[in-house]
Amino acid sequence: MRKFLSAKALIGLALVLTVVAVAILAPFFIAPERATQMVMSARLQPPSLAYPLGTDQLGRDLLARVMLGAQTSLMIAVLAVGMSIVLGLPLGIISGYFGGRIDNVLMRIIDALLSFPALLLALTISAVLGPNLQNTIIAIGIAFTPFLARIVRGEALRVVQMPYVEAARAAGTRDVQMILRHILPNIMPALIVQATISLAFAVLAEAALSFLGLGTQPPMASWGLMIQASRQFLDLAPWTALVPGAALAITILGLNLLGDVLRDVLDPRVR
Amino acid sequence: MLDQTPQQPLVSIENLRVEFDGESGPIVGVKDVSFTVNPGETVCVVGESGSGKSVTSLSLLRLVEFGGGRIVSGRLWFRPGEGEAIDLAQMPAEKMIDLRGDRIGMIFQEPMTALNPVFTIGRQLTDGLRRHRGLPASEADARAIELLREVRLPEPERRLRQYPHELSGGMRQRVVIAMAMACRPQLLIADEPTTALDVTIQAEILGLIKRLKREFGMAVLFITHDMAVVAQLADRVVVMRHGEKVEDGPVERIFADPQADYTKALLASVPKLGEMRGKLAPEPLRIPGAPEPAAQKPASRSETGRAVLSVKGLTTRFPVKGGLLRRVVANVHAVENVSFELGHGETLALVGESGCGKSTTARSILRLVEPTSGDVVMDGQDILGLDAGGLRRARRNMQMVFQDPFASLNPFMRLRKQVAEPILNFDLARGSELDDRIAFLFDRVGLPRDFMRRFPHELSGGQRQRVAIARALSVNPKLIIADEAVSALDVSVQAQVLNLLMELQAEFGLSYLFISHDMAVVERVSHRVGVMYLGRIVEIGSRADIFEDPRHSYTRALLAGVPIADPTKRTLKESIEFKPLPSPVFPVGEARPAPVYEEVAPGHFVLGNE
Repeated sequence: MRKFLSAKALIGLALVLTVVAVAILAPFFIAPERATQMVMSARLQPPSLAYPLGTDQLGRDLLARVMLGAQTSLMIAVLAVGMSIVLGLPLGIISGYFGGRIDNVLMRIIDALLSFPALLLALTISAVLGPNLQNTIIAIGIAFTPFLARIVRGEALRVVQMPYVEAARAAGTRDVQMILRHILPNIMPALIVQATISLAFAVLAEAALSFLGLGTQPPMASWGLMIQASRQFLDLAPWTALVPGAALAITILGLNLLGDVLRDVLDPRVR
Repeated sequence: MLDQTPQQPLVSIENLRVEFDGESGPIVGVKDVSFTVNPGETVCVVGESGSGKSVTSLSLLRLVEFGGGRIVSGRLWFRPGEGEAIDLAQMPAEKMIDLRGDRIGMIFQEPMTALNPVFTIGRQLTDGLRRHRGLPASEADARAIELLREVRLPEPERRLRQYPHELSGGMRQRVVIAMAMACRPQLLIADEPTTALDVTIQAEILGLIKRLKREFGMAVLFITHDMAVVAQLADRVVVMRHGEKVEDGPVERIFADPQADYTKALLASVPKLGEMRGKLAPEPLRIPGAPEPAAQKPASRSETGRAVLSVKGLTTRFPVKGGLLRRVVANVHAVENVSFELGHGETLALVGESGCGKSTTARSILRLVEPTSGDVVMDGQDILGLDAGGLRRARRNMQMVFQDPFASLNPFMRLRKQVAEPILNFDLARGSELDDRIAFLFDRVGLPRDFMRRFPHELSGGQRQRVAIARALSVNPKLIIADEAVSALDVSVQAQVLNLLMELQAEFGLSYLFISHDMAVVERVSHRVGVMYLGRIVEIGSRADIFEDPRHSYTRALLAGVPIADPTKRTLKESIEFKPLPSPVFPVGEARPAPVYEEVAPGHFVLGNE
């Protein structure tokens, strides 16, 4: 329990809870129109009393946009990573645990997918399925699956040759039980670390897809769209990039800190 | 010795205290330890894991600082050459570099990792010579060859150009010794230098250290956990426990008349080769303070008439793949035509050195690796002919205890669940019956019941091995295969676990297949013994046959290599007969002749054809 109360844990938890709270609560306090409402007379305003975080090139309130955008960005990231775990975890475990021919076939498919840059893969999938929110999640989820499967497989390979797995096999443990009781808990630490890193990358991937017009569609607010939109005005109005950038950085920092702590908490050896 | 003037000690450690940073304040590694080492003297520091023996020796080279330790107080006097004594504890770090490897040489435990795999032997040997002596390359090479001759490494010129992986463990340890000897140090620190080596190689390395010490008048500070090695090598002994010195004195006095209770217990825990002479059955060790152990029954194969386990012609080969197409280019003949029988309530020990196939034999019987051919009949059932489901059911009768108690328990599972797992797998008990069974097992192996809720990392090595034994016992097996089950444990813990295994055998009529490299332990626990060499059993017979009347040359060599825990019987030979182990890799299709055994006495068989 002591680990869970360390400074690192508290900061990580506070950051993530703040972002999640904003994502959930923002729509109740800020009318969705605020994010899309354009005020042509107030374009690229620096932070002021009326606009605490300034405005963008179309005179939209950045505070409202960044708060409402939290929901879009987080939802896409969480669902996409969740999807990659649902697909990649079984693939990786089956491949690493059973080995042999199954492993060979699965891993060649994974290798083929890995040979495309993840973003290109997501781009292709999104282009084929058509750009909308749901397909963005599917595209990122599929694009991240091979990385996750690879890591899970590597961990499964390591755990399978541990003496306690051999001991369990000698004690008559069946494959399903072996995977659930022995393999899965022992690959959890690596999985959690990978998942938190993936969450950060998923937020970025969503931004990139949106920039290319294959992700979230304007005028919907998302951090990725906001960063991409700010690129032409960096010298005139740096806050347009700094605001969503800072939100992104806070989220990623919080996730990484929390991921580290979570890994430690789940491991009975360091608890 | 007597007519010499009183010597100034070479090393004098005074009130040494070393601390490590822990999560909640400093942890004391060594406290208030003092002892001296005279020139040309061998001092053995002996103790179990966590006793601070390694930390003490590493402090002398100030290497402890690289492991997160701090010398908090105390003096480390060292007398280089003829000069005044200097305090190593106060030396600036840059000056220590000049001393390390020059005046003080060090040998580490793991010969596999103490050498850098990407540099040649020559490069690593001459490093110190160029650094400390400033020798030009050609002279350094010549000196390196001379050094390799001194450590009796054959073909020294060729070795210089070889990489560490091309050498065997014993050869590598010789190279490490040659490196430590390169600058003719006044003090050689050896930290468990033979623990990772086989007995025959251990005997050679110990003999070599003894000879080098005599030839060059060097002092040796030898760290070990093995009382038998101490008896063979030491002039004086320092016994340590929990970071403190328990007692020190001349080796004869320590062995003949130990003062501290801990030293007595340590000596009593060591099985001594030959002390079972003339006894019919295995006998538990007497541990001071513990109740008198019950006597064991003699082998009872005659009582039931039928063997519990019968192995015939068991052969296991591993393919070596090579080339672009990953074809099988050769086979490792790990187990070659092994046959034996194991009776009810009997212990058969398989002994041999690393790579002889004893562990593979055990794992082939359980089909944790698939044997190439042969017959394994367990309790009338043909194990090798079973399908997956049948094999799973058959495993209920044969359980295994593994070597490393730190790796054979799942770190994420509470101990109760680990012991319950086999019972649940075979659906032998549920609910309160299951609870009772687990409580009984914990009681039986001597673990407190509140350990059930704990995780493996909260236990010591010996306690974990008790959990592993409870797990193996949980399904009431007929046979337990113990694969080096006590090798990783400290001697006092080893004695307790061995006694536990013997008690359980008497109580439940278990049969044991006991895999070990330790001849003294095997003599203690076994009814019958099989000696393995290169995948084959070269000699098999009753314990008395093997230990009192060994016939095969390899059995004799193995017995001769075992150090005896008695300083009045020193058997170390300073000359070395170098015999590298032949390779077990054979071309595809190579059929080795079936073994022919000669029965030299009833039940005592010796391999006749090599």
